[in-house]
Amino acid sequence: MLKPLTFFLGLVPLVYSISQVYLLQIGGNHQLGADPGKALVMLQGESTIRFLLLTLMVSPARKFTGWNQIQKVRRMLGLFTYFYASLHLLAYLVLLLELDFGQLQEDIRKRPYITVGFTAYLLLTPLAITSTDRMRRLLRRRWVTLHRAIYGVAILAIIHVLWLTKSSYAEAFLYGALVLVLLGMRIPVFRLFRNGLKPEI
Amino acid sequence: MESGMLIYQRNPNDVRSAEITDEAVFHCRRRIIKTMGLGALGLTINTGFVQSNVHASTDRKIYQTIANIKGPVWLENKLIGIKPGAYSSNEQATPYEYVTGYNNFYEFGSDKTDPAENAGDFVTDPWRVEIAGEVEVKGKFTLEDILRPHDLEERVYRLRCVEAWSMVVPWVGFPLADLVKRFRPTSKAKYVKFVTLFDPKQMPEQRSRFSAIKYPYVEGLRIDEAMNELAFLAVGVYGKAMPNQNGAPIRLVVPWKYGFKSIKSIVKIEFTSRRPRTTWERSNDREYGFYANVNPTVDHPRWSQARERRLPSSLFSSNTIETLMFNGYAPHVAHLYKGMNLNRNF
Repeated sequence: MLKPLTFFLGLVPLVYSISQVYLLQIGGNHQLGADPGKALVMLQGESTIRFLLLTLMVSPARKFTGWNQIQKVRRMLGLFTYFYASLHLLAYLVLLLELDFGQLQEDIRKRPYITVGFTAYLLLTPLAITSTDRMRRLLRRRWVTLHRAIYGVAILAIIHVLWLTKSSYAEAFLYGALVLVLLGMRIPVFRLFRNGLKPEI
Repeated sequence: MESGMLIYQRNPNDVRSAEITDEAVFHCRRRIIKTMGLGALGLTINTGFVQSNVHASTDRKIYQTIANIKGPVWLENKLIGIKPGAYSSNEQATPYEYVTGYNNFYEFGSDKTDPAENAGDFVTDPWRVEIAGEVEVKGKFTLEDILRPHDLEERVYRLRCVEAWSMVVPWVGFPLADLVKRFRPTSKAKYVKFVTLFDPKQMPEQRSRFSAIKYPYVEGLRIDEAMNELAFLAVGVYGKAMPNQNGAPIRLVVPWKYGFKSIKSIVKIEFTSRRPRTTWERSNDREYGFYANVNPTVDHPRWSQARERRLPSSLFSSNTIETLMFNGYAPHVAHLYKGMNLNRNF
């Protein structure tokens, strides 16, 4: 039950975006405003960071509640993170840059918040590729090490939000505080791991 | 009652083919056609235009509010006599719902729709404006007294935001220069400083601990910029009183500068001998300068300024156009900056 439920939860933001685009195209009462392209890019970005936070919450939640079943949805949440990150990048490329790759290069080079966001995406890509059971068996211990890159992705994502903030830090601080707490909780885990106790995966 | 008919799109040939399929533009044109029809019947702008707005788009609830926006009686009486002003652009005006629904007015929130959602109960009457500093006539004046000697005119100006989007807005107001002359600045007055209302009870972001901006919002112009014929004090848009989210009851409009210079809900105008430090300079002076002239050759660190999205943009055509030096107002303002290094004085 948990997996199908997570799957439907993961599709909610996508369905919302699609319905808004539909309303926009038929001239209905949509919420995308005067700059629908930018609004869609922002929506996908928000979904990305929310699923990233949910992914990071799985292991601590399991430890606190002892509810081991929850671990089963971690991969799915991680893949939804990558899915919305891809949509975020795609929407930015198609709707804002209109596939002007020269402009993309310039943005990545000259605009620090885009440099950081793009780096986070590049870092997330191998994690999505190696998320299958087969890859996990193949990589063994290295898989765990590799997938710790998610912490780097989270930090880069927060910097991305912080650097695009103009007037209010409320959102960036909220996400930032959550990431700090979620990463902080893992520090003792690393110690246990070094002491040769059961590894955390 | 008779006033000149104002047509917001003076030259229909200006519409580019890319815009024709845009649904919002379609509505706008229908409205214009209706306005023209009603105008031909001898109706005035104030009744004819607003009625046609409501009829043309019953599917968009925000349009209906245009008829509900009312200033105090003395202002409504003044609005009847709006004259078409000089310097107006003949470009397609951005539809009312976007002019009043897509705003940066950070006192009311940081999302573009926040001001329209949060400024509904903002009290703008009674309103006083303090005139202070290096002027012969000082004091606090009611808005009615501030406006009394000035006839209202309409100016259709381009508005270019520093975030690389732009609109075309039919403002109603009067030239800033006329106000400046009235209060007789002394020879020491080199700059004009403007201050927005500080009222955390009414303006939620002024209470926020996470604000990147220090309030009250402060802006400024050099005195010769303030005396330029384009600098404008607006009390309305689209022939109606200014909606709260657009900076009611009185705001500045300096069309050759980025939008953030056009300070909203002004309570103080001070003439100073030293350059005022503006809100955005204090927030981040690497990104925002005092002059903030629209300049496609000087990039903002976070956005290229070479181009802009003319709103409303549709989904698969972002309606991107080249940004013009001084937002296309160079013939009127370039002389103000002769000999200045605009890369350094950005």
